[in-house]
This record gives sequence, structure tokens and C-alpha cells, in this order.
Amino acid sequence: MTSIASTATGLLLEASGISKTYGAVVALKDASLAVRPGEVHALMGANGAGKSTLVKILTGAVRPDGGTIAVRGRERTVHSPAEARHGGLVSVYQEPALIPDLDIRSNLRLTETPIEPFRHWLAQLGLEGLDLSSMARHVPLASLRIVDLARALASEPDVLMLDEMTAALPANLTERVLEVVGRRRGGDSSVIFISHRLIEIAAVCDRATVLREGETVGVVDVTEGSEQQIVEHMLGEAASGIAARTGAAGAARARVADVKPRVAARSLASGARLHDASFELFAGEVLGVVALEGQGQDELFDVLAGSERPSGGELLVDGNAASFRHPADAIRAGLVYIAADRAEALLMQRSVRENIALPFITRLRAWGLIDAGEENRKVDTAIATLQIDTRAHGEVRRLSGGNQQKVTIARWVAGGVKTMLCFDPTRGIDIRTKSQIYVLLRDLAEAGAAVLLYTSELKEVQLVCDRAIVIFGGRVVAEIAAADADEPTLLRAAYNLRADVEMPEVVAAEAVATGTAADAAVAASIAAAATSAVGGPSSASAPPAGGDAPEDAP
Amino acid sequence: MSGIATTGPSRNRWLTAAAWRSLFRDRPMIPLLALLLVLVIVSDIVRPGVVGTEWVGIMLRAAVPLAILAACQTLTMLTGGIDLSVGAVASMAGFVVISLVLSIGLPAAIVVALICALIAGLVNGIGVGVFKVHPLIMTLGMSLVVLGAANFWQIQTVQTSSGVPPAIRTLGSDVFAEVLPYSLIVFIPLAIVILVGLRRTGYGRLLYAVGDNPVAARLSGARSWQVLVVLYIISALLAAIAGFLYAGYTNVASVSLVDSAVLPSVAAAVIGGTSIMGGRGGFGGTIVGVLILTVISSLLTSLGYPEAVRQVLFGAIIVAVAAAYTRVTDQT
Repeated sequence: MTSIASTATGLLLEASGISKTYGAVVALKDASLAVRPGEVHALMGANGAGKSTLVKILTGAVRPDGGTIAVRGRERTVHSPAEARHGGLVSVYQEPALIPDLDIRSNLRLTETPIEPFRHWLAQLGLEGLDLSSMARHVPLASLRIVDLARALASEPDVLMLDEMTAALPANLTERVLEVVGRRRGGDSSVIFISHRLIEIAAVCDRATVLREGETVGVVDVTEGSEQQIVEHMLGEAASGIAARTGAAGAARARVADVKPRVAARSLASGARLHDASFELFAGEVLGVVALEGQGQDELFDVLAGSERPSGGELLVDGNAASFRHPADAIRAGLVYIAADRAEALLMQRSVRENIALPFITRLRAWGLIDAGEENRKVDTAIATLQIDTRAHGEVRRLSGGNQQKVTIARWVAGGVKTMLCFDPTRGIDIRTKSQIYVLLRDLAEAGAAVLLYTSELKEVQLVCDRAIVIFGGRVVAEIAAADADEPTLLRAAYNLRADVEMPEVVAAEAVATGTAADAAVAASIAAAATSAVGGPSSASAPPAGGDAPEDAP
Repeated sequence: MSGIATTGPSRNRWLTAAAWRSLFRDRPMIPLLALLLVLVIVSDIVRPGVVGTEWVGIMLRAAVPLAILAACQTLTMLTGGIDLSVGAVASMAGFVVISLVLSIGLPAAIVVALICALIAGLVNGIGVGVFKVHPLIMTLGMSLVVLGAANFWQIQTVQTSSGVPPAIRTLGSDVFAEVLPYSLIVFIPLAIVILVGLRRTGYGRLLYAVGDNPVAARLSGARSWQVLVVLYIISALLAAIAGFLYAGYTNVASVSLVDSAVLPSVAAAVIGGTSIMGGRGGFGGTIVGVLILTVISSLLTSLGYPEAVRQVLFGAIIVAVAAAYTRVTDQT
């Protein structure tokens, strides 16, 4: 049915019925995407909805298990990114795809990009001054992404796919990118635009396809107020089925009022993404952290775990200022870290026992003979607590993902936990293991541990946490009690939308009022672009600091 | 090796091959010991009657110093490193002892040689562990430095040496009970310490951990620079001990005596199943690897080829055995 439809409707790109499973994890069930010629099409979805898998399938990096992809009505199978590019689908990813040890010109030659059009687009994007003979590694990251985009544009693609193109771009470049993208509307080619920023979607996109749990759940015409519609599609009815555990959580919250926090962060800053994180984590509670990708949560956990030193702010552990130079310092202060990436945390070629016992032997005084009896006792207790399936006695790499994750947790449970930092511990593991981990985290909290849980699955907040903080743009922007932390609330907070704020202009105005000058400039420019994009009348609430806003919005 | 796979009924041949493969993977000593046995049999076929108690003694005497050098490689390779300075350090240690024994006595001379080795190992360890210099570059550079320093010492000391001291010579080249070389008195305790140390001590476990996944080791609180500094010191001290044995074994004082043993020491560890990428292996396999190389070397000698041909064949065989062994035991 699909191929007939696509020939009939003259779509530029049509993917339908796409499915993909990784082992037991279903990444895509029934995803579809239809892009008309001359439109800018947003691809939306909460974390784990299958967005990135769909992108990888479209660009040929991953083969789908089922479904069809048709370009200009002709069905085709794409085996590699190079083939996709040849077929007219060019992507620009978050990470620049340039070889760092070659100069820009040589990089262009590698992809057979014609120089003159490239220069033209570079100028359009506001980087006409770039020296093409400079090594890619010496060009700032933001400029490299512009170079990537100009290169993609120069190859005159039928479909240009921009994956989080504007994330971490400075305001003036973001503005140029949105301008260039917006100007491609109405032509012969199309843009697939992926962004977490709803205001950008509103500014440049014509339609939005929304994915949820591996399925396309809606295609929305982007007009005034369509953000709400998009958010509703992203959420579905999932939120209604969950009973919040208000009783225990309420008790925990009441208790913490007059107690010193186990961990207190004051205006922590680190790297390019974490600017101002302040929160308190108390013994006996599970504190959720909710954020879209790349809002500074990675940096926050790196600082807390002792992997990175903060560039600003203060960290207090049990009321005393703490400065971690090495994870060992954090561990000594009782802060242990559970990574989402199990490849980062496990000795894949070693046994379950050695992996769990690893923290016992790291200190100099533990370098001598191992007390086998004590080690066995601790390890066996941890294995029993987490119900780890150790039938595969050999190397940890032969265990299932869920069991591997349990090993990374068991390592710390075995030694007694004071403060556990969990970074998306249930990512990509089966539902049964997930619920075991939820129970374990609750038990740890009941036993007096403090647990900080970043999760990309919003419903985990009400299942496990007592309260949650929301990070946006490197700042803690909200704190929500578990009882109120249903998915719509969390998602709105994660996008930094207030329940009473819907229009992009208003968001922009608010940013001007509260944010920094740079933020205000972006917000203002986007709002200006949005007004004309949506076709609405120029609003009276245009920002007073509009001097920074461009006059030449598309 | 592949011939073994055809023992089952032909319908199950593939399955049988897979079963063999997984057996080799779980028990890598089996193919190693089988190869050693085949080589011994071939030796006896090439020169009938050669394999006897005396032959065993000769093999062991040649194998012991190489096994100690191979221990250096095994330990460093477990962390994903390598120690190419063992040849220079061993030669230097042997030479220092021989040149000092007349003036300060044997025990003091040994202590001086060990201190020199310790300094070399400390610098290696600081370079690799603290300044993150690649171990290949660091230890290769160190071997040049040590060689140069030894040469300098050679020029400074007037050649008053009476040759290799008798105690060292006995230790390196004599046998007791007709078969057993005295060097085993040094080697057996060392080997036990290494074997037990790798399995039963926190430090041994950390070597595997740092080599398997440095990020995981760090996140678990291990400070890998401490591990590496100690490791390269241990390696240099072991190399010095091997140097004493080589000096006694060859009865020669030379600042480049042990250079030719560096490649075989790496090869023995690789053949013995220690991954050069780190995290996998052990000293037991290395000992068998050393015995295999020693028998191959003697086999080539007994075939009567000239030195040059033997070197070519030995090098080629090392590469071939290492490649074949990796194929048989790895799962992909």
C-alpha cells in the first residue's frame, strides 16, 4: 500500500512501517515519515522514542528489520551513509564530521564538495572570513558545525537532515542557520529538522512528525499553539496509568526539612554546558534529575563523581566543602557513580566476581593478599541482593545488558552505599530488570542512602523518586514533587515551557526579562522569525530589547 | 590444529569445530601444551635419541632467563603496555655486576645493579603512568638511555674484570641432580610469587583492571599511575635478575648481551595467551610459550642451518605461531 501511496502523492521522501529491534529492546515498531518537496519537516520525540534510530536508518547507518523507504516515489534500500548521500539525502550531525588533521579544503575534497557553492553558503551562514587552509582541529567547534552545514548545502541535497544542529551554537550563528533553513521552504528540496527547542520548531518548520515508543503517533501542521499538540502527542496516554506513591514520598519530604543535606550543590558550573546548578540531596530520598539531552546533566554527574573538576560553584558533602580531584576522592566521601554506558564501567573480559570486587582493591593498603572469605561473602550478598544471573561464570561481556547493569550497581552495594549517583541506569535494559532496579533504589533510600537519579524515562520519576529537579540550559530551572511530576509537567519543564506560557513570543519576552543578553538575543530573533513563520500578526509583546533582533527575518 | 576438528561424525563437523574452539578459548593451555608435545616429538624424530634428561636440562637452562624476561612482558601487557627496555636493563645489570665484583664484592655489586635497574624502571613508570607517554616509546627510549649509560660506564671502568664471577656462572649454567639447572632456585620462587600475585592480590587484580578498562578502573577509584609506576619498577628488577642469569649462562660480559631476547620475550607472552591489548592472560601460559620457543630454537640449531637462516626462520615461526594461536583461541 505504501509504495502506491507515495507515487500518487509526489512525496520527496517517504518511510513507512519501519521497524527495528536490538535484542529484546524494540527501538522502532511502526515508524513512518513523509516529507513533501519544499517543506521543513520537524522530527520530534522524547528521549528513547526511536528518533535517533530512525535517523540512522534513513541515512543508511543502520538497516531496518522491516518497512520501506521511497525517494521521489521510487523504493530504495540504503546500505551506507555514502549511498544515502548519493541518493540525495545528506545529514549534518551533532558531532562535526571533519577529519581534524586535514585542512578545511582537503576535507571538502574528500567529499568532492565544490568550493564555490561552499563559499557561497559559508557567507550566507555568516562565516565568510573562514580561512580554508586552516586545520580542522584549530577551527572552533561552532564554526566546524557551520562548515559541516555549508558543505551539506553545497552538495545540493534533495533532503537535508539536521540533527540537533543548533545545540550549543552561539546566538548569532543559530539565527543565521534558522534563516538559511527557513529560506529553503517552498523550493524543490526539503529539510528534516531535529531539535529539542520547540521555539525553533515553531520558527522554521511547516509540519512535525512525532514519534512515541517507536511509533509515529501524529503529524502536526506547525501553527500557533501547535507546541501543545506536539507535547501531547509525545506523551500519549501513558501518564494516566501510573499510581504515584505519595504516602512514602510525603513522609520523606517532611523528614528532610530540618536535616543537613547529604550533598548540596551551589551554582556548580563545568565545561561549556553546565552553568549554574544548585540543589540539595538528602539522606533517605531519591532525587530525580530530568533534562533533555545535552543540558549539562552529563557534566553535573562528572563533577559529582569526581571525574571533572567544576569550573565554578561549590559542592558540600555532609556540610563540608568538597573538592574531588579523582573519582577515588568522591568514593571516599561516599559518592559512588553508576554510568549508563556499561562499557565505561565494566571490565568486560573479567568475571562477575572481579567486577564486583573491583572497588575493594583500589586503595594502596588493599594491594596485598585478598581475603577470599570476606570477598566471597560481600560479593555473594551483592549477587543475591541484585539477583544477578551468574550462570555465565566467565567474562562479563557474555552477560545480558540487564545483568551487566546489575553488576555495575552490585559493585557499590557490596561495599555499603551512602550516596549513589545513577546516570540513566535503566537505559536499554529489559522491563523486569528495570523494576528490580527501581525496587533496589527505593530500598537503598529507605535504608538511609541518598540517591540522585538522572533518567531519560520520565515515568520513572513518579515510580522511584521523591522529588525531581529539572535542568535546562545548564541551570536547575524547576523542582517538582513526585506527586505533581506527571509526564506532561516534566516534559513542559524540560522544554522550559510553563503551563501558562504557550506562545513563542511570550517565551522570548520572558527570556529577555530573566536570561542573559545572549539568550535574549536568540530568543528574540527566534520569536521574530516565529511570528512571520507562523503567519500570525506581529505581536504587541515583542521584546523591548529588540534592538538585538534581526530585521531580516524570513 | 584444524585437523583435530574432523574427529566427530561429518554431520556434526561444524558443531564439533565450534566445540573445540570454545574449549580452546576456555582452556588455552590445552593447545599450547599440545604444540609443545608435538615439538618435542619432532625434535626426537629429527635427531633420534636426543630427547633425554640431559636435553631437558639444556632446555630448562635456556628457558629460565627468557621466562623471567617474558614475565616482564606479561605483567606490562596485562595493563595494555609493553617493556622493551628489558634487554638493555638486563644487559646493563649483568655488566655492572661483573665490572664491580672485584672492587666491592658480589652482594654489593648485585645491590648496585638492582638500584640502577630500579631507577630505570621508576623513570619508565613515571613516563607511562604520570606523563602518559606510550609504553612502546617510553621503554624503547629508556633502552637507548640505559645502553648509552652502560657504554659510558664501560669506557670509564678499566677492564680489570676477571670475567663472570663463579657464583653467577654456577647459577646461570650449572645443573644439579643431572637435570635441574641452579637457575630454577631463583626462578621457582619468582614464578610462584607472580602466579599467586596475579590471582590473589589486590595489585594483581588491578593490573588486569587497568588493562581491561582504564575508565572503569578510574571510576572505581583506582589511581592507575600508582599501579603503573610500581609495575615498571617490578619489570626492571625482574629484567636485572634475568640479566644476572644471562651473564652466568653465556659467561660473557657485554652491554648488549640480552638484546636479542627482547622479541622472544614478547612473543612468548603473546603465544602464551596474554593479550597485547591488556586485561587477559597470565604467567602460566607465558612459561609454556617460553618452552615452545626454546624447543623451536634448539630444533633449528640441530637442523644445522647457518645462524642467518636460523634467525629468519625463528622470526617467521614466532609470527606464525602467534597468529595461529590467536585465531584458534579467540572467539571471532
